[in-house]
Amino acid sequence: MEEIIQQVVNGLDRGSAYALIALGLTLIFGTLGVVNFAHGALFMIGAFVAVLMSDVLGDIREIGSADDFFKLVQVVEDPTQTDFLGRPLAVETSYWVIWFGESFGNWLSDWAVPIAVLVSIPIMIFIGWAMERGLIRHFYHRPHADQILVTFGLAIVLGDLIRAMYGANPIQTPMPDALNGPVDLGVYLGYEASTITYSAWRIVYFFFSMFIIAGVFAFLQFTTFGMVVRAGMADRETVGLLGIDINRYFTMMFGLAAAVAGVAGVMFAPIQAPSYNLGMEYLVPCFVVVVVGGMGSLGGAVLAGFLLGIVQSFASLPTWKNNLVEWLGLDDSNLIANLIIGVDQIAIYLIAIIILLTRPRGLMGRKGVMED
Amino acid sequence: MAILQVKGINKRFGGLQALGDVNLSVEENSVHAIIGPNGAGKSTLLNVLVGKLIPDSGSVMFDGQSVLGRKPHEINQLGISRVFQTPEIFGDLTVFENVMIPCFAKRDGAFKMNGIGDVKKEKDILEQAEAILDDVSMLDKRHMHSASLSRGDKRRLEMAMCLVQEPRLLLLDEPTAGMARADTNNTIDLLKEIHEKRDITMAIIEHDMHVVFSLAERITVLAQGTPLVEETPENIKGHPKVREAYLGEAQV
Amino acid sequence: MLGLNKKDFGLLCLVTFMAAAAPILLNPFPETSTLSFLNAGYPALMQLFAIFGIVLIGFNILFGLTGYLSFGHAAFIGIGSYTAMWMYKLLNFNVIISIPMAMFVTGIFAVLIGWICLRRTGIYFSILTLAFAEMAYRLSYSVLTPITGGETNLSPDPINDPMILKGENGLTVPHLFGFDLNAKYVAEVGNWSFTFEAGYYLCALVLVLSFYLSIRVFRSPFGMMLRAIKANNHRMGYTGLNPKPYMLAAFVISGLYAGLGGGLLVAMDAQAGAERMFWTESGTIVIMSILGGAGTLLGPILGAGAIKYMEKILSSISESQLHSWLSILPDGLEDFLVYILANFFVGHAWHLTLGLVFMLVVIFVPGGLVELGQRVASRFRRKGSEDALVSKETPAE
Repeated sequence: MEEIIQQVVNGLDRGSAYALIALGLTLIFGTLGVVNFAHGALFMIGAFVAVLMSDVLGDIREIGSADDFFKLVQVVEDPTQTDFLGRPLAVETSYWVIWFGESFGNWLSDWAVPIAVLVSIPIMIFIGWAMERGLIRHFYHRPHADQILVTFGLAIVLGDLIRAMYGANPIQTPMPDALNGPVDLGVYLGYEASTITYSAWRIVYFFFSMFIIAGVFAFLQFTTFGMVVRAGMADRETVGLLGIDINRYFTMMFGLAAAVAGVAGVMFAPIQAPSYNLGMEYLVPCFVVVVVGGMGSLGGAVLAGFLLGIVQSFASLPTWKNNLVEWLGLDDSNLIANLIIGVDQIAIYLIAIIILLTRPRGLMGRKGVMED
Repeated sequence: MAILQVKGINKRFGGLQALGDVNLSVEENSVHAIIGPNGAGKSTLLNVLVGKLIPDSGSVMFDGQSVLGRKPHEINQLGISRVFQTPEIFGDLTVFENVMIPCFAKRDGAFKMNGIGDVKKEKDILEQAEAILDDVSMLDKRHMHSASLSRGDKRRLEMAMCLVQEPRLLLLDEPTAGMARADTNNTIDLLKEIHEKRDITMAIIEHDMHVVFSLAERITVLAQGTPLVEETPENIKGHPKVREAYLGEAQV
Repeated sequence: MLGLNKKDFGLLCLVTFMAAAAPILLNPFPETSTLSFLNAGYPALMQLFAIFGIVLIGFNILFGLTGYLSFGHAAFIGIGSYTAMWMYKLLNFNVIISIPMAMFVTGIFAVLIGWICLRRTGIYFSILTLAFAEMAYRLSYSVLTPITGGETNLSPDPINDPMILKGENGLTVPHLFGFDLNAKYVAEVGNWSFTFEAGYYLCALVLVLSFYLSIRVFRSPFGMMLRAIKANNHRMGYTGLNPKPYMLAAFVISGLYAGLGGGLLVAMDAQAGAERMFWTESGTIVIMSILGGAGTLLGPILGAGAIKYMEKILSSISESQLHSWLSILPDGLEDFLVYILANFFVGHAWHLTLGLVFMLVVIFVPGGLVELGQRVASRFRRKGSEDALVSKETPAE
């Protein structure tokens, strides 16, 4: 039992990321009818906003790497100390420490990632706005294939832009010290100590994503804007006929979806060190999530996101796989044994294929969405 | 002799009884119209006949063979062709290519792999396609991109695509919907001509009473998924049940 | 001729001529000139032009004619590569065995995958193919390491592999009935040097054959059915045609072409790796198809050539080259431009240029290079006819 719960919680952080990305994908798809291949790139850009803020706020643990332009550090040569070549040691001090004093300056750098969430929202809304106005808008009346192609091109461009700036290697982005380290969940749930442990930051990530998801749903449920959007998702043509300036809503919708993907990326940076291809790495499974949830269904996207995250976590659990291999009497070099052991690599794609064949509209999909 | 026999068809969508115990028989070489107010189940019935929907119960026999459970292309190969409410053509292809495709379907069946032959060397197909385009007087537009045709011409083209297969039964789903009066009259003439020249049985679903009364030999009135009356056009006019269905009881 | 009309036969002759003369045509600059880096006439690159041309010709039958956008085509190249490699390992290095086997095995996979994916249309089809390709990549990269070699590429091992048909002193490099595919003839003409390689000519021959077959398919009743599916899939059934087997045939044919490409890749360079199946590779195939012109005859070859050439040239430009070209500019501006270009557009960053070019093509010339060529040609023609009018009118005045 403990092991099962452990795997469920292990799947939650990935599931949360899936759910948040898939939510934005579905919002854009449901309202605008556009399949956005660049949506993963928005998640990736969000993660790099976290990297940027860590740099700007003087992440002191990282100082010394040559390629960050954005560090606000003062370099003073300290003649009392010498480096290994005998030269005076260059001591770097964050300007934040100089301006605001040691404690607040260090606090800022420690909490860089949560601060980046706030910073990322306007940045992501702007990027979403620019994307819709500058590019996607001109593709509403073009075939779906063209939309896929142009957003695919955009995904490449955005990814490589980030690579040109930050290089190809993943960049470690630390979480605040206070949230670093494991939490013993087993004790809270009434099991023995250290049976179920989970990183504190991942718990934060889970609750953060629940908060965002609840926020988006509440926003759609209780505001006029949300009402129009939901009406648009149900029947796009009619809303256009009501004399509502639907284009303005589309732009805002895109901004919202970009912001959701962005903050999801910011908070994910400490969990997985971001690199330029983070976007595509998550986009492909998120398509699977959207399809499994049912194209155009927000609830389906969230549900399927968590579901697939947890499935993946179970698929990577070695115990049952080893038992199964043993029970089948296979040795390690056998292909079937290899397949069983490696099933976590392909689990969600298998599920996607099965779902698409048996329930073409996904778990909660509506009839007639993208069926032509 | 009845070419199409529909017996006891029922179809429910959730709580809605779309078709309830529908019986219908269409005589060979007749023009049979199916009319009824909105939501009477006309389109559902048509979709059952062409294999797009499968009814919950009942049987549909075409010339002694059951239609139910067959795929649209199989039903078409039996000899039932369908004309759509908005003309369905192959928009990216030329007019001539559009009529060649049903010619191939007629000659080669539902699937034939011929990846090496040259379309331009299929003499019989070319002749057939040319003849049918001549019949619907569209030969001068043969090289046009079919998507750029006027609506009336698209309807003509679609009709040509159906006729070239020499169907035994032609199903027409509101063939004049959204047309101007002149176009409607043209279409009526075209249908009359087809019926007289080719002896094709037609089943028409139509709102426009002008069309119905100019063409039909028998009329079935559907209301709320059930056939009310089946009569000749003369007897339908002023029939109390029909007035009831269209105008509601209050005004009877 | 050969069952083609005049125009198509002309196209075939053009492609044949280009393929045969490529080692000369693609080397217009002398070795010593500063522009020699623009040359593309060496075997390794020309092989890629031809092989990707072949893959793209097949992809075009699926995407260009039938309108089904597959995002997982690279998986078939990978399957073809692995199969060909296993033929080397198990039998011998004769490509007359490995290439047909690569096509055969890929064809089987294409039937299975196509049968499943084609149950859905539109974006669902694209996502299904993407899911299959991603699965194929992951399987070959780690899960099925015993078959695929995993992270370390699969390559022949003459000592431990059975190679039952190799014989005592059989060649241990890819060959055609004992004729080494790496055999070269280098012609030095003045400052120029042209390399004619057997391997390239094998690829070129297959390319010409593939191109010929694709013309036949385009003009055939089958090709017309595929275009009809693209135009209005739903109408097919009501015309008495079963679209499923047509689509599956198109899918399998395109898979066979990709398998052929994979087999040829391994015939040119005896190793096979999982990275050939990565989604970026599938994406590149889509990009090539669009750039060249989907649904046209020449588009696939142009697209494959253009992208592979761009990759080669852009990624080889170095910072010092940029400095020497831009040296006429004021120093500050020069440094700035070089910095921007070197970091964002050329060298290892060339993908960004590729993405931008691709986006521009999708936005402004959805018909790709072929459409661009037609537009330019029609502009010239119109200008020409205007000139003609003017000249006719002049005497009257």
